[in-house]
Amino acid sequence: MQNFTQAFALAFDLMLSADADLLEIIGLSLRVSLMAMAISTLIGLPIGAAIGMSRFRGRGVSIILLNALMGLPPVVVGLGVYLLLSRAGPMGWMGLLYTPTAMIIAQSILITPIIAALSRQVIEDLHNEYAEQFRSLCVSPRTAIAALLWDARYGLLTVALAGFGRAVAEVGAVIIVGGNIEHLTRVMTTAIALETSKGDLALALALGIVLLSIALLVNAAVMGLRMTATRFSYA
Amino acid sequence: MLDGAQTFDGNVTGVEVEKATPALLPCEVKGLCYKAGENQLIDGIDLKLTAGPVTMIMGPNGAGKTLLVRLLHGMIEPASGQVSWGGRPLDLATRKRQAMVFQTPVLLRRSVTANIDFVLKLHDGPKRQTAEEILHMAGLDDKASQPARLLSGGERQRLAIARALATNPDVLFLDEPTASLDPASTLAIENIVSQARDRGTKIIFITHDVGQARRLGDEVIFMHHGRVLEQVPAKSFFDSPSSTQAQDYLAGRIVL
Repeated sequence: MQNFTQAFALAFDLMLSADADLLEIIGLSLRVSLMAMAISTLIGLPIGAAIGMSRFRGRGVSIILLNALMGLPPVVVGLGVYLLLSRAGPMGWMGLLYTPTAMIIAQSILITPIIAALSRQVIEDLHNEYAEQFRSLCVSPRTAIAALLWDARYGLLTVALAGFGRAVAEVGAVIIVGGNIEHLTRVMTTAIALETSKGDLALALALGIVLLSIALLVNAAVMGLRMTATRFSYA
Repeated sequence: MLDGAQTFDGNVTGVEVEKATPALLPCEVKGLCYKAGENQLIDGIDLKLTAGPVTMIMGPNGAGKTLLVRLLHGMIEPASGQVSWGGRPLDLATRKRQAMVFQTPVLLRRSVTANIDFVLKLHDGPKRQTAEEILHMAGLDDKASQPARLLSGGERQRLAIARALATNPDVLFLDEPTASLDPASTLAIENIVSQARDRGTKIIFITHDVGQARRLGDEVIFMHHGRVLEQVPAKSFFDSPSSTQAQDYLAGRIVL
């Protein structure tokens, strides 16, 4: 218990002194996960919007598949990306394995289905509400998509933040494709795993507290967005 | 702008609006049928709608009133039969010169003004009125920057009608727009509709409210089981309905 208390004290000391190693790890984590979120939003949002707005044969199967992919095991994604990027793999010539780019790719694959599936639901609900009026107004598909994306912006921002939360807390995929290399691919989750295994609980705890704080901030942002949207009746 | 205690009654003066030129009229319907599965919901309707008179569509629930209006507006495809407007088929250009207001107004999750702007931007032609003028006509000047979904029921429906009239349509369909509104809101909407009629817009209005049909209607189409039983001048319909179903309906008896 004493060690535990000391570890907490050390953790706060590291954070208050703005330890360079700690800041580097936090910075890389945020960079990788924010990039993954941006890429996944760019890919997942149109997929979600297309499935949410259209009716086609096999749509139900697509939705089931998309929902199932939300539970993709990170280690499986890590393994898949590893095989793709390893020297013998089809994309091995790019030399991306054990780089932050590989981690961004892995996290993007992991959270794209989450963003696509959740945005599909948001867009579909709004589309069902607007569809009749849009049909009456002869709104073109392009205008309808733009209007739906704009009017659902609060819900879609929440979706993007949910994707970010999943990415930043993920460890299995990034440790496989990133390798947890110091000053290169070490992020919060992989550092926590390493420092815990080494018995350096102070750094692990400090990182854990930062990770928890980020999770809290993301959730607070989501709630803030929801409250703002509800208050102004835009949601 | 209205004072807090003042109620908007739909009568607005000082707004100069170009009269619509309802080149879309007459509307001719021949052998119109609509099926849902094996159910024949619209059963061989023939009718002609001319420019000018306000047409009230009446009939018991399930008579096919809403379906008929949706078919006339091109929102759904008929199983068979034809709808032509001004001698032309019901194409996109024709549909763009029509507007429809639903029983439950569908408002965009935006401000009141943005709801009007959305429609004004949709249409290629010259904008005949500004959003401010349109909101003034609907008595919503002081609500312009408010989120549309925070309006009261009557205000929401007024906004929906104002939005429908924003591009000065040749034809305005209204599907029981006052069904859940209080008398003051109903009066305001009836006055807005009357002003639209005065500007030359053809009004096709579904209602269950006999009083409203008497106040607004110039002619009545009475429907039952997907068929038009009567299309007659309003006075004639209310004074001496020819079908037994219409007689029962007006007498407040249950029409099966």
